[in-house]
Amino acid sequence: MTAAPSLVLEDVRYTYPDGQVALRGVDLSLAPGERMALLGPNGAGKTTLVLHLNGILRDGCGRVSVAGLDVAPPHLAEIRRRVGIVFQDPDDQLFMPTVAEDVAFGPANLGLRGTALSARVDEALEAVGMAAHRDRAPHHLSFGQRRRVAVATVLAMRPEVLVLDEPSSNLDPASRRELAGILRQLPVTLLLVTHDLPYAVELCPRAAILDDGRIAADGPTARLLADADLLARHRLELPYGYDPALAMAQLARTGQ
Amino acid sequence: MAAGHSHPLHLAHDSPVHRLAPEVKIVASVSFTVLVVLTPRERFWAFAADLLVLAVVAGLARVPARWLATRSLIELPFVVLAVLLPLFGPGPHTEWLGVALSVEGLLGAWNILAKGTLGVLASLLLAATTQHRDLIVGLDRLRAPAVVTQIATFMLRYAEVLAAEARRMRIARLSRGYDPRFLWQAYAFATGAGALFLRAFERGERGYLAMVSRGYAGRVPPLYGPGAGVAGWLTGMSVPTVAAVVLAVSLFGPGRLVP
Repeated sequence: MTAAPSLVLEDVRYTYPDGQVALRGVDLSLAPGERMALLGPNGAGKTTLVLHLNGILRDGCGRVSVAGLDVAPPHLAEIRRRVGIVFQDPDDQLFMPTVAEDVAFGPANLGLRGTALSARVDEALEAVGMAAHRDRAPHHLSFGQRRRVAVATVLAMRPEVLVLDEPSSNLDPASRRELAGILRQLPVTLLLVTHDLPYAVELCPRAAILDDGRIAADGPTARLLADADLLARHRLELPYGYDPALAMAQLARTGQ
Repeated sequence: MAAGHSHPLHLAHDSPVHRLAPEVKIVASVSFTVLVVLTPRERFWAFAADLLVLAVVAGLARVPARWLATRSLIELPFVVLAVLLPLFGPGPHTEWLGVALSVEGLLGAWNILAKGTLGVLASLLLAATTQHRDLIVGLDRLRAPAVVTQIATFMLRYAEVLAAEARRMRIARLSRGYDPRFLWQAYAFATGAGALFLRAFERGERGYLAMVSRGYAGRVPPLYGPGAGVAGWLTGMSVPTVAAVVLAVSLFGPGRLVP
């Protein structure tokens, strides 16, 4: 028998109060420990979908469940522990005056106090290589460091599913590579929401394309990205000169 | 403590006063100031005694007298009025260098100057020895309303973010040939301020979503220990206690007060 899926979405639909339809029936299922990329052009409904995963938006139709637990009011607190969302702009996520306090915010909301809390903070900062910066103010960190701290704020809650919204945006190549190294090590189910296709190839064996509120394709990342027509239909483009087959071969050689 | 968020009035080093719990320092400096204000203005020695108390605290905290003196100039605009009182005050006058000065006015000026200076010095000592962050922790432990301390916490973090954003917008304006010299050019500045407000508002919304995603349910959980113990309170409150003794002696001690 296989374990229950980490994340299941069934016919998720959502219309904004102004009448704009964002999601037109999304179905997805992620196995525990799976790393999946959710690809889509700007305005495809990616962020709207993300907000459904922990019940921030939930008045549309359809069903979302996390490790067997429905995303619905009686257990939203547990859902928000299980699903960690790292938002696009780390300045939105980091609101406390110091790094350590910000990382402590989530687990403290779960009721942790004292040494257990500070051990959890150390563990999360260690995982993203930011332990040396625990007492610094977020605005004194580089953008790449802030993004890593934002990942730590969510890791500190020991989530089952980690959702990252455009994690590679605004990062320099070195920070981008460091973050990929960190994400690859994490023992969680990963949903990478992005239009950065090489990053998806690098991190996720599986990918889905979301366009106009629907899943347009779902399969191995390499196969999806090799289909030039499919990409063109959904306003997705590989960087000039980028060959996904070559990248896959390189990844296989380095054992990633 | 973190060097990351020290403020311009903070002197970052270690001392017994720096180590004192923030809530104790807040209560001590506020009650000291109130006691000084209650002290009758004719008891000149009492103000000297209060100043001596502050000098001892400054010595313990290793706050240089010069540092305090230059920063206490902030009270100047408030004491300008005090200089005028002796010249235009009512009642009997006394002659000084050929100028007739009102006795009542002189006492009034002294009252403002002495009490104002002592109050400013007490606040400066509090600021010099306490980080922003710890001031808020102190207020929180003193049961200040959570809404107030939360807003103050967010201000600490986002004032810097907003200032950086405003700086970038200004540079972007200047880079497009904006050269603000005349009043009518304030239009671009005002629109910029409006845009900044909208961005801050939207950021607040996104920040709230990020907080809810991490289990926020209306209160920031207590991330700090229980605060000052009895020893801390006794140490800190010795300062207003001395001021209270000074006040008691000046009120009920020998010598008649001018009615």
